[in-house]
Amino acid sequence: MRRDLIRQFLYDMLLARLFEQAAAEQYLQGRIGGFLHLYPGEEAVAVGTLRAADPGDYVVSTYREHVHALVRGTPPEAVMAELFGKATGCSRGYGGSMHLFDAERRFLGGYAIVGETFPVAIGVAYWLRLNEEPDVVLCYFGDGAVNQGTFHESLNMAALWKLPVLFVCENNRYQIGTEIHRHSAVPEVWRRACAYGMEGRRVDGMDVLAVHEATREALRHVREGKGPFLLECETYRFRGHSMADSGAYRSALEVAELRARDPLEGLRRRALAEGWLGEGEVAELERRARKAVQAAVRFAEQSPPPTELHRDVYAQPLDVYAPEIPARRAAP
Amino acid sequence: MTGGRRRREGENLGLVAPAEPRPELMVWEALNIALDRALARDEAVFIVGEDVGLYGGSYRVTQGLYARYGEWRVRDTPISENSFTGLGVGAALVGARPVVEIMTVNFALLALDAIVNMAAKLRYMSGGQLAVPLVVRAPGGVARQLAAQHSQRLEHMFLNVPGLRIVVPGTPQDAYWQLTQAIEADDPVVVLEHELLYFEKGSFDPDAPPPPMHAAAVRRPGRDVTLIAWHRMVKVCLEAAGALAAEGIEAEVIDLRSLRPLDLPRLVDSVRRTHRAVVVEEDCRFAGAGAEVAAALTEAAFFELDGPVARVAGEDVPTPYNAALEAASIPDAGRVASAVRRLLGRAAGGPAATQSPSEQTGAQP
Repeated sequence: MRRDLIRQFLYDMLLARLFEQAAAEQYLQGRIGGFLHLYPGEEAVAVGTLRAADPGDYVVSTYREHVHALVRGTPPEAVMAELFGKATGCSRGYGGSMHLFDAERRFLGGYAIVGETFPVAIGVAYWLRLNEEPDVVLCYFGDGAVNQGTFHESLNMAALWKLPVLFVCENNRYQIGTEIHRHSAVPEVWRRACAYGMEGRRVDGMDVLAVHEATREALRHVREGKGPFLLECETYRFRGHSMADSGAYRSALEVAELRARDPLEGLRRRALAEGWLGEGEVAELERRARKAVQAAVRFAEQSPPPTELHRDVYAQPLDVYAPEIPARRAAP
Repeated sequence: MTGGRRRREGENLGLVAPAEPRPELMVWEALNIALDRALARDEAVFIVGEDVGLYGGSYRVTQGLYARYGEWRVRDTPISENSFTGLGVGAALVGARPVVEIMTVNFALLALDAIVNMAAKLRYMSGGQLAVPLVVRAPGGVARQLAAQHSQRLEHMFLNVPGLRIVVPGTPQDAYWQLTQAIEADDPVVVLEHELLYFEKGSFDPDAPPPPMHAAAVRRPGRDVTLIAWHRMVKVCLEAAGALAAEGIEAEVIDLRSLRPLDLPRLVDSVRRTHRAVVVEEDCRFAGAGAEVAAALTEAAFFELDGPVARVAGEDVPTPYNAALEAASIPDAGRVASAVRRLLGRAAGGPAATQSPSEQTGAQP
């Protein structure tokens, strides 16, 4: 059982790392446009939390969400095709890197305005609670989001009505280039839970096993109807905020120190040292992940682009100047 | 998306307020009946907003519903507009049909992220996977000396947002019909209500077949000029039309009822007969909704028009507190009538009309 779990974690983290490396390469070759926010360094958070959730649970994430979708089960092909803006992408090429959606897997996005995940999550949770459904909501956000009004507004309502939400803070210490001690009077995010009478705790976000165990406990609390929970995962992003960011505001020493705590390498070393996995098994997992990423890139390259400009603005096609007449379709 | 949304047609009808035809009803009562029936008919519907529950709504629109449906379906919220509107968005994504009441449209400015960045875009951004069947109700307009922060008309804020529908009911019948249709629609609908119309009476038959939610309505037929308005300005136009009739000018008055989409074909039809049009709006002239109506009508019917589409609109000022200045900041029947006379090249006939500065510099035929 434990070996299976370790194997799963290691595969997820390898896939995540290699996927993001491939995305960066494709971006530099001009095949991916817009903003691209990558996840290396933070993998233990998405993997540890989402592997503790049930398939029926809902996930609401930020604009740094490729890995959340992958761990949730969205095929790497569909995620890469979305980054390429192709019709086979998980948002059919209309959303892009920051707006991945996979309704079938209850992955509700993909929100690119900081702080939006809070109200969406409490809305989903409100509906679950109203209908006495057993599922819960996992709501992701960065340390930069905790000074947005929606954090306070939504945590207050979640606690007031005991809504089934696990708030997961991916605290990578930087809101773009502003370090947490320069943006927050109380830099320990988990401590803010007490302002709403909510349970909260902090966990080492570079240790996937610790994140997984903490999430299991937190989810038990939420599922038992004891109200929402705030889980702060201390992590670090190895790259800049986006591809446009060189990261000049961080010292080389700091980056080196955190890279030494790489969650992927940490798990690999430990799995080998403890004898949970053999060298051959680890190499095989890496080979599989590499193949999956290569297939995803190939799929994205070969996929057709979307062509319909006007679809899905409204439930039915609508011409705003002639509502009686079905809207004209966009010329190809 | 989930099996959560369950319609139980007719099951709770015993709880519904009596809705037999009543000759006279106020707008707030019609809205209340629409909500009551929607809550009874469809378990997907719930209401959230400030003081919508125990208090019964600042304009009484949700009166009695908290007692009837309980706190989970009629939810009093903290003062957190962006998050409780966003709560509506999130719930709509998983099968609910939430009705969010924003106490006044001025506070909707605090919820624009939820309405504009999320509700309007999620269907499109998700490639059609998600739907946002959300209703946002908000009263607004110039009422009685509420001063600048509480007297806004913010139609223009929502008009330019693809993905939203915007309706502007002004009668009890339309309030009932259009709120019911908005709740049943699979798109996010902003229902803008006018604070001075809540206690207006009008004929009401809940079982009369409704026109489409977006359809404009001719409130008074006429052959000489088309007056286009919505909300309280329809009353102002009808008053002006009465005065003009005494001078032999027959004005047609059209109530737009919906601003997005816009029933442009109906306006073009009218202008084909009258060849002249005046758009009357309570909001400030500059880049108001009337500007879009005038531009669209000009493009669509240029060769039918004997003169430019004129606009009579609010002054470009924050609304003043002083009652006389407040009245001077928005159109009245006299100003509408004089704009019509100018457009027709007639000298002032009836009661003396005041002219506002913007009319002097505004569209002259």
